[in-house]
Order: sequence, then C-alpha cells, then structure tokens
Amino acid sequence: MFDIWQEIYGTIKRNKLRTFLTGFAVAWGIFMLIVLLGAGNGLIHAFEKSSSERAMNSIKIFQGWTSKPYDGLKEGRNIQLDNKDLDATNRNFPDNVVSAGATLRQNNVNLSFGPEYVNLTLMGVYPNYTEVEAVKLSEGRFINDIDLKERRKVIILHTKTAEILFGKSKVKPIGQFLNANGVSYQVVGLYTDQGDRGGNDAYIPFSTLQTIYNKGDKLNNIIFTTKNMETEESNKAFEKRYRKALASNHRFDPEDDSAIWIWNRFTQYLQQQTGMGILRTAIWVIGIFTLLSGIVGVSNIMLITVKERTREFGIRKALGAKPASILWLIIVESVTITTFFGYIGMVAGIGATEWMNAAFGSQTMDAGMFSETVFLDPTVDIGIAIKATMTLVIAGTLAGFFPARKAVSISPIEALRAD
Amino acid sequence: MIHLKDINKTYNNGAPLHVLKGINLDINRGEFVSIMGASGSGKSTLLNILGILDNYDTGEYYLNNVLIKNLSETKSAEYRNRMIGFIFQSFNLISFKNAVENVALPLFYQGVSRKKRNAMALEYLDKLGLKDWAHHMPNEMSGGQKQRVAIARALITNPQIILADEPTGALDSKTSVEVMQILKDLHKTGMTIVVVTHESGVANQTDKIIHIKDGIIERIEENLDHDASPFGKDGFMK
Repeated sequence: MFDIWQEIYGTIKRNKLRTFLTGFAVAWGIFMLIVLLGAGNGLIHAFEKSSSERAMNSIKIFQGWTSKPYDGLKEGRNIQLDNKDLDATNRNFPDNVVSAGATLRQNNVNLSFGPEYVNLTLMGVYPNYTEVEAVKLSEGRFINDIDLKERRKVIILHTKTAEILFGKSKVKPIGQFLNANGVSYQVVGLYTDQGDRGGNDAYIPFSTLQTIYNKGDKLNNIIFTTKNMETEESNKAFEKRYRKALASNHRFDPEDDSAIWIWNRFTQYLQQQTGMGILRTAIWVIGIFTLLSGIVGVSNIMLITVKERTREFGIRKALGAKPASILWLIIVESVTITTFFGYIGMVAGIGATEWMNAAFGSQTMDAGMFSETVFLDPTVDIGIAIKATMTLVIAGTLAGFFPARKAVSISPIEALRAD
Repeated sequence: MIHLKDINKTYNNGAPLHVLKGINLDINRGEFVSIMGASGSGKSTLLNILGILDNYDTGEYYLNNVLIKNLSETKSAEYRNRMIGFIFQSFNLISFKNAVENVALPLFYQGVSRKKRNAMALEYLDKLGLKDWAHHMPNEMSGGQKQRVAIARALITNPQIILADEPTGALDSKTSVEVMQILKDLHKTGMTIVVVTHESGVANQTDKIIHIKDGIIERIEENLDHDASPFGKDGFMK
C-alpha cells in the first residue's frame, strides 16, 4: 500500500499544474456551495427567528377611509372602529376567532416616580396582545382578564423606561406606584421587545384607558388570533366575511378595501414561506450546478490525464502491470486529489461562513420605526458540507474510473503506439 | 523454449489484413536470433505475439512449455512480467521516473519491497555502467544511455527471453555498436535473445537470421561467422 502512495506522489509531483487545476475545480465547487448555502441559511434563519416570536395566525384590523359611495353616503368617510366591532368579531366568528382584543392609544402621558419622569404613549390592550406582538415579559406579569374586568390601574413598562424611572433610586419597579397626570398606576410587569420595536410604550388594561381618557366606545385596532384556517383561500374567504360584518356596522361597501385595513399575518407568513421555499430551492439549484461544474472540471481533467498517460499505461502493461493494478492506481490518485482538495474547499467554505457569521451574523435592518433581523447564523450544517464533499469525491472517482477503464482495456501494443 | 506451430493472424481494421500466414518456428534456449524483413512483412506482429502483447487467431504458441493462447489480460501480464524482457526502439521509459525507478518498475509489479528492488535496480545499472546516472531522469540522458536503462529494466526480472524490437533503430551507429555488444555479452551468459530488425548489419551480429516476407518465413539462415556479411567487419550499414 505504501508503494502506491509513492507512485501517486511521483505522478502528482511531476504534474503539479494539472493536479492543482483539478484540485481547484473541486475546492471551488465545494467552497461556493457552502458559502451559498450559508448565506441562504442566514436569510432563512433570520426569518424563522422573527416569525417564531409571535403568533403567525393573527389578524390586526386598522381603521380607514371609505373609497366608494354606499347606501347614500359619500366616499371619504373615516371609519372609526368601536366596541361593537369587537363584539361582532367575538360573536360572529366563533369557528375562526380564538380570542379577540383591542388596542387603544393615549399619546403624551407623563409618568413620574418621585423626581424622575418620562413622556410616553399608553397602550390600552387585552391579555391576548402578547400572543400577537413581539412583547416578551421579563419580570412580573402582563395584563390579565381581571385587570380588564375591574378596570384596574396597573401598568407594564418597558425595561428601558423602568431604568429611567427607577435607575437612580434603585428600588424594585414591581409594586411601585407611578403618577400619570394625577392618575396613579401600579407597576405589575416589565417587558422587552425584539429590536426595540415601537417607542417604549407602557401597557395598561384596555378598559381602564377607555374609561380614564374618555374614549367612549372607540378603539384603534382590533387584534385576534385565528384557528381552522390553514390555507390562503380560507384566509381570504374569512377576510371577506369579516369585512362584510364590519361593513354592516358602519354602512360601507363590503367590496371597499380601504374602509378598514385587514393585516393578516398568516397570509403574509404564507407568502413569506413561499418566498423562502423559492429562495431555498434557488440556492440548492445554484449550489448543485456549482458542484456540477466542479464535477465536470474534475471529469475533464481526469479524461485528459488518462488519455495523456495511455502510453505510460502501455509501458506498465508490457512490464507486467495487471489491468486491475492500473485501474486501482488511477482511482486512488483521483480519490486522493478530490478528497484532499475537497477537504480544503470544505474547510475554506466553513471558514468563510464562520467569518460571515462573525462579521454580520446578526445583521439588523433599521427601518426607522423598528429594526428587523435580516441575517442570522449564516452557517451550514456540517453534515451537508461533508455530504457535498463526499458527492464530489465519488463523482471525481467515477470521472476517473470510466476513462481509466477504457485506457486499461486498450491492448498494450495499441497503448504503446499512442502519443 | 519457443515453439510456434502454424500461427495465423489477421487484422480486421476495415479490410481484413492477413499478416501472418502460418508461421512455424522453434527457438531453443540460449539462441541469439534475429527476425528480418521489410516493413509490413509481419515481423513486428510476430514479435508482439512472442511477447504476449498481442493475440493470434489460429495455431499454437508454447513459451517454456506453457501454451500461450487466449490468456486473460491479468494472466498475460503476469507471464510478461516473469518470462519476458522487452527492449523497444523508442526505449519506452516512463518520463517522470528516474533511471532506478524505471529499472525497478517490473519488480514493483512482482510485489518486491521498495528497498530491495531499488538495490537490485542499482546493481543492474552498475552492470551496464550507468551507476552515476542512476538518479537522472530519462530526458537528461543520451539515446544510448536510455537504451541501456531499458536493457537493465528488461533484465531485472531475470526473464527466460529478451525480445528486442529494433533496439538500435533510434540510435547512431556508434551507440548501436555498443548496444549490440551488450546483447552479445548477454547471449554469452546464456540468455535467449530475439531481435527484430530491418538492418542487415544488426542481423549479422546474431547467430541465426529468420527472413520473413509477406507473412511467411522465407528462409532461416545460420550465421555463425559474423564477418561473412558483405556489410563489412564490425560495422553496421545504416
């Protein structure tokens, strides 16, 4: 066995450029595949992370303006959502709506604790708010049903807000009372959100806000999670029925898409899923073609190698080389080259993805209002990397095997005549 | 040693070409024989058959009392390796191996250890006066030196028979003399040697000249007096 390595070492040493070119084709194929897959994975991981943080089956309703005249009313009317709509949501769609809630904003509220104060927006919410939005409780609790029912004056602050109010006095925020323009709120929880979305709003029960700040029965958004809707068609159908239900409350054309805005995260999610699927396929297709070009490169060079060495094989045969020993020589040589350079390509590729990971591993895109993770963990499963390398090694072997078998089957006198 | 009985060979490249038309030939151990003929006479084909490099269609060929017929590639490779030493017109050295490695190559296929076969190769190179060139590559050597390396390679397996196909064909007259002298010396040690040539001067150095014409043996000429040739003493007509 040692002898065969000597033989291979000899031929490689004498054919440095050819060996290098073969190796380069292999290494490049693997390298590109891994970098491509890594970059693709970065995008996919980022998407998966942001989608895992909130319920995908949620719908948010925004108010709008009518764009069509209807029932004797002119277009351009503002549709203001109210408690009736919320009741309608809960009552009319028991098959599809899990729990409906609403949000209501009160801007410009001064919250003070001793000498410290902040100016922020109060959000009146339902307990289901955390299911829909990326709000993570870091301490205490969120608004619950009893808060809502009894219109308790409790408040949940962003950790940054808490830092401003309680940072200096070093008291524990939970249980403290804050003064908001004469109304006293008890802090019951702290939250964080991914990417500092929103302006560090403070959350209080929806009913409390509606009452204290004289909102009547008006509200800003209706939010709810849905069930039994797995396809895009069922979601579209639901949206249509929902629009119709609200249209009868507010007397607008059910076909009028701008009277209310339905933001369905599920259809968006489905679209994104389709997009991700296409991206994933595209990456694999490109990757496989890159790999294929590597294989073609290896095959080409092996073909030339074998042709170039036909005479040498003839000499070897005349001297008593058995066909199997020549075949074995070529195959071991081809496997050695592809494995060695495949490994280099694999290590370089993994190195490149690790570098990407370190350099922009958790790249976030700042969209002004919020920031979104767009690139996360751009690395490739080591198993896939090894499989790709193995594929190339096997392909390289086959690429060497067929021309080698042909060369071996040529009779020695013919091989000796070859130039 | 060699017994050929009614050997026929036809090449089927397009139009069938009947190259050997019933060759009967016996070569005994220790003979120094040349096969002469014009190009296309079938002498190279005959040598290829003798060297088990090519098959024949009908007839029988016994080498050392072994019937050589329809052998598998593997089997014929083994026989070539153990029984036959080849010397070619164009040397057929492997260009990326130095002299020692080239000479040692047949032993590699016998599974002799690297150390042992390199030592043996060095010994044979020494015998042929090439010790100083042992680690040179073929392209650093002259034609005569290359042919001597090839002879060392042919000898290293201690074969039953040496087959030389135009061994002086690519050499100038001076080195041709040297190479023929080596073959003559080998003959003196008891080696059986068959030389194919179209040069009568080369054939004249051998003890028996077999004339081939159009695929049959025209005549066999005993040639014990090497000076009897009209081509002059100790010289080769090129």
